[in-house]
Amino acid sequence: MTRTVKNLTLKVWRQNGPDDKGHFETHVIDSITDEASFLEMLDVLNERLIDENKEAIVFDHDCREGICGTCSLMINGQAHGPQRATTTCQLHLRSFNDNDTIVIEPWRASAFPIIKDLMVDRAAFDRIVESGGFITSPTGGAPDANLIPVPKPVADAAMDAAACIGCGACVAACPNSAANLFVGAKITHLNLLPQGQAERYKRAEAMVDEMDEHFGSCTNHGECSAACPKEISLDVIALMNKDYRSAKFKNRKQLSRK
Amino acid sequence: MSTATPSRQPVTGTAAAPRTRRPLLLDLYGTAVGKKYAMAISGIALMGFVLFHMIGNTKMYLGAVELNEYAEFLKKLLYPLAPKESVLWILRAGLLGMLALHLHAAWSLTVLNRHARSVRYQSARDYQEASLASRSMRLSGIVVLLFIVWHLLDLTFGVVNTVGADGEFVRSEVYANVVRSFERWPVALFYVVANLLLGLHLTHGAWSIFQSLGWNNPRFNAWRTAFARGFAAVVVIGNISFPIAVTIGIVSV
Amino acid sequence: MTMLQDRPTDTKLISKVPDGALADKWDNFKANAKLVNPSNKRKFKVIVVGTGLAGASAAASLAELGYRVDAFTFHDSPRRAHSIAAQGGINAAKNYQGDGDSVSRLFSDTIKGGDFRSREGNVYRLAQVSVNIIDQMVAQGVPFAREYGGLLDNRSFGGAQVSRTFYARGQTGQQLLLGAYQQLSRQIGLGGVRLFNRCELVDIVVIDGRAAGIVTRDLLTGELTSHAAHAVVLATGGYGNAYYLSTNAMNCNVTAAWRAHQRGAYFANPCYTQIHPTCIPQADETQSKLTLMSESLRNDGRVWVPKNFDETRAAHEIPEQDRDYFLERLYPAYGNLAPRDISSRAAKRLVDKGLGVGPLKNGVYLDFADAIGRLGRNVVEERYGNLFEMYERIAGENPYDQPMRIYPATHYTMGGLWVDYELQTTIPGLYAAGEANFSDHGTNRLGASALMQGLADGYFVLPYTISNGLAPLLNKTVPGTDHPEFKRVETAAKARFQGYLDIKGTRSPDFFHRELGKLIWNYCGMERDRNGLEKALTEIPALYSEFKTDLRVTGTGEGVNQTLEKAGRVDDFFQLGTLMCKDALTREESAGGHFRVEYQTEEGEAVRDDENFCHVAAWEWTGDENNATRHEEQLSFESVQLATRSYK
Repeated sequence: MTRTVKNLTLKVWRQNGPDDKGHFETHVIDSITDEASFLEMLDVLNERLIDENKEAIVFDHDCREGICGTCSLMINGQAHGPQRATTTCQLHLRSFNDNDTIVIEPWRASAFPIIKDLMVDRAAFDRIVESGGFITSPTGGAPDANLIPVPKPVADAAMDAAACIGCGACVAACPNSAANLFVGAKITHLNLLPQGQAERYKRAEAMVDEMDEHFGSCTNHGECSAACPKEISLDVIALMNKDYRSAKFKNRKQLSRK
Repeated sequence: MSTATPSRQPVTGTAAAPRTRRPLLLDLYGTAVGKKYAMAISGIALMGFVLFHMIGNTKMYLGAVELNEYAEFLKKLLYPLAPKESVLWILRAGLLGMLALHLHAAWSLTVLNRHARSVRYQSARDYQEASLASRSMRLSGIVVLLFIVWHLLDLTFGVVNTVGADGEFVRSEVYANVVRSFERWPVALFYVVANLLLGLHLTHGAWSIFQSLGWNNPRFNAWRTAFARGFAAVVVIGNISFPIAVTIGIVSV
Repeated sequence: MTMLQDRPTDTKLISKVPDGALADKWDNFKANAKLVNPSNKRKFKVIVVGTGLAGASAAASLAELGYRVDAFTFHDSPRRAHSIAAQGGINAAKNYQGDGDSVSRLFSDTIKGGDFRSREGNVYRLAQVSVNIIDQMVAQGVPFAREYGGLLDNRSFGGAQVSRTFYARGQTGQQLLLGAYQQLSRQIGLGGVRLFNRCELVDIVVIDGRAAGIVTRDLLTGELTSHAAHAVVLATGGYGNAYYLSTNAMNCNVTAAWRAHQRGAYFANPCYTQIHPTCIPQADETQSKLTLMSESLRNDGRVWVPKNFDETRAAHEIPEQDRDYFLERLYPAYGNLAPRDISSRAAKRLVDKGLGVGPLKNGVYLDFADAIGRLGRNVVEERYGNLFEMYERIAGENPYDQPMRIYPATHYTMGGLWVDYELQTTIPGLYAAGEANFSDHGTNRLGASALMQGLADGYFVLPYTISNGLAPLLNKTVPGTDHPEFKRVETAAKARFQGYLDIKGTRSPDFFHRELGKLIWNYCGMERDRNGLEKALTEIPALYSEFKTDLRVTGTGEGVNQTLEKAGRVDDFFQLGTLMCKDALTREESAGGHFRVEYQTEEGEAVRDDENFCHVAAWEWTGDENNATRHEEQLSFESVQLATRSYK
């Protein structure tokens, strides 16, 4: 088997801190194998920068197997780069041509402020989950797991939505920086399951209200779903919208009963 | 220890207190999702209008008498139960209200979305799914709005119409007004272009309605795009047929 | 009771397993444990470090009870912890399939799987509470796989004859972690938990023999801060990254556990590491981590290497007579399904001989051609489609057309901080949970048991045992962060980080990590022997002293500096690596994941020495990583008979 070697030019966003203006920095990567992943290419570059006594490029990454959702990067104008259903850490240099110029930018959204270089703060996602992205079930009080049967299609649909890794690609890709796919996925996951019914409408209202504090609005472009490494469907947004509307009526009704 | 960066605080107690309740509709309108409901509902109303407007105007092909009678009929909707033009004015008011709502929601969502990404991407985006239609909603919307203004000035108020044979713009002579207007080729061209943009606006808008209102069902999901395209095609083909018919002489005084 | 050894257990290593029959021990403990009155709970502060399965579940549960909890993660969000990467599933003795499962069977499978080197009482409790975990997680909204009737589905896993594994597609770890994360998030929202994200533990403060708190470094500002508490829980994961290449996440590290060790906590069985046979082999020098492919692939794939050393043909061009289906040849009864350690070692021997495949000759084939011929491509696609896609994404080869290449890789560490029945380390007030403790898995963990243990510790053990530990402290003052010891530790930590910056050598932390990893992998990996280990014990310190003089960390100690973070972690891996080799050297037997070449049968099976090594080796820090003191906790078995594993 022959091994392909490539030369690449990188234009990497460098920004020394949240308030720095930032700029693109150009680096040439000589003869790197196709087998290297995108982040391994950045590792190589960082080793070289350290050799040259320069600061390494800061970027978020962890599991490098496409599940933790830590890695990000806007690569040539696409969130997580050109390969569909693939996080940056699983993107390999096979997806690029020899002598390509690759532009690397951080996620950009007001809700995801840049911390340094390519690292951004995605805490807004956590705030949304804290507002209602859970099923209240204190440790110890759970009934037997098989007490409530869940139809297989329902469990499967919940799982499809629950596959979200919280990477933020949906927000990054959205022309409006909307987080509807992320929030819709969590609402769909929990609201489809029988266990989630008690808090269904409270959850929808709380999470959407919290989302509004940070993100833009959905205009149904579909970029989020195209960028999503887990290919979460736009259907979750429709369900969120529906439950949010119902919530506005049902929660008021419940409040007025008090 | 850094003195430049202030120490960060731990995260706790972040669950927001429930918002104070305003009247239901205002409450709903207060969030982006609610505003999309407003966009969708007003969009449906406006779609209804453009559809019936187009159907009514095809009377043009039946001749001046039919078209002018149709215009008269609109004024006499529910007459004699209701006074003349009263129903028409209610419809007009509703329509204007819907248009205003559509515009306000669009405006405030645009402002929100601009704020949501205060620093833009510094390199070119490579869009995957966003279509020409979805990305040009604002542009097509603005052109259609300008067109509506022109259209009213032209055929309703006659301000920019060519004056009739007797030197006066007679509003009830709908057929003649239309023909006179479209005999000017730049007007016909503007009309065609604006309607093509309306079609573009509708192909995305009519599909979007389903998403925004949460009408999502595997049974009809596949039909949503077809519906939007079909609807846009019917409206656009109907509408642009009028100036073309005038230009090539099928419809003339 | 079988007492095989007459050696004494060290006085500090009293396991505190409660009296009574095995099945009653946990109930007896709970019946006698001291409680804290609900209104008094808020007087106690508990620090939980790590927000994976064990940490998130512990923090959420303790906060629900009313304790004030401070949770720490070095990630941006608790949801990133590496528990998320577990694929296969979680075991529980629910017996929903009615196939003869029970708590005692899960218990005995786990003991046997661990090659009789784990503590009976703990393992039995694990099996008992496994049942509650499933209930809890389903209530939490975890979308486990279901049958058409709506009831939970199970699959079978290695080392068991029953189907007791609950799963959520190939993302069980992710779904369980999200369940625990959501529960934790609720508590953060309500104010029960204070979350410190992007905050790394850099030291543990022990005052008057008791854990008094921790010192952390804010990864965004470089600021060092002290935190005092009544109890500290370390749920900081395993140390598989000592090997550099492993299936662990890039940021997994041993720092928290190692600092605890340096402050007086004994480190148990560091040489017990698990190697998983089906990972994608290293592709090139830039490789930063390895990816595991589900073991289920071996159900239909055939493992082989070419017979010729100078084979250059593509896999499908190699005729049958030139292929060596070595697992089928060596282990006819189990064939391609031979256990993890045995398959791994067989592959390693052939690759070492030079029979490996792939561009770097560092893998063996896992071939589905037969399965595709027998079952049809559709069936294979249905069973393994997503795994094939994942393989193609990483390796760039289509497994339908050419065989997969696989090779073993480190993916779990059974060793860790020594803990008693209450999960308390040898430092009072300091607890360890999940992979961070030396756990319930002996020398070898069974598939789908890691998730079970993490959640058992966090949800159903710590909340009880911590109350028992805290109750006596009611209304007693504990040292605050104004205590001079906190300041001293803070200053020392600051000096340590400044020290890395001041070396100004020529090599990056990654360089040293890679080199260290190679040493540990070669000498303390799948097979160990005296010569190699002794060699490692001279080579590692040599490399370590080079690290101390030739390290280069660019940037400053203020603001984000990932190079500096890495330097601190690699420093600790050096010291741990030394201890791993020492532990492997002194354990003169083969058992599970610890395979000493000198102790094997003619067929290459592990030979245990129950006479001399039926104990936990717990190491005490003496101030010098080369001179740790070995202590023993003797293991005794009441309900299972010590037997030899055989898979022939």
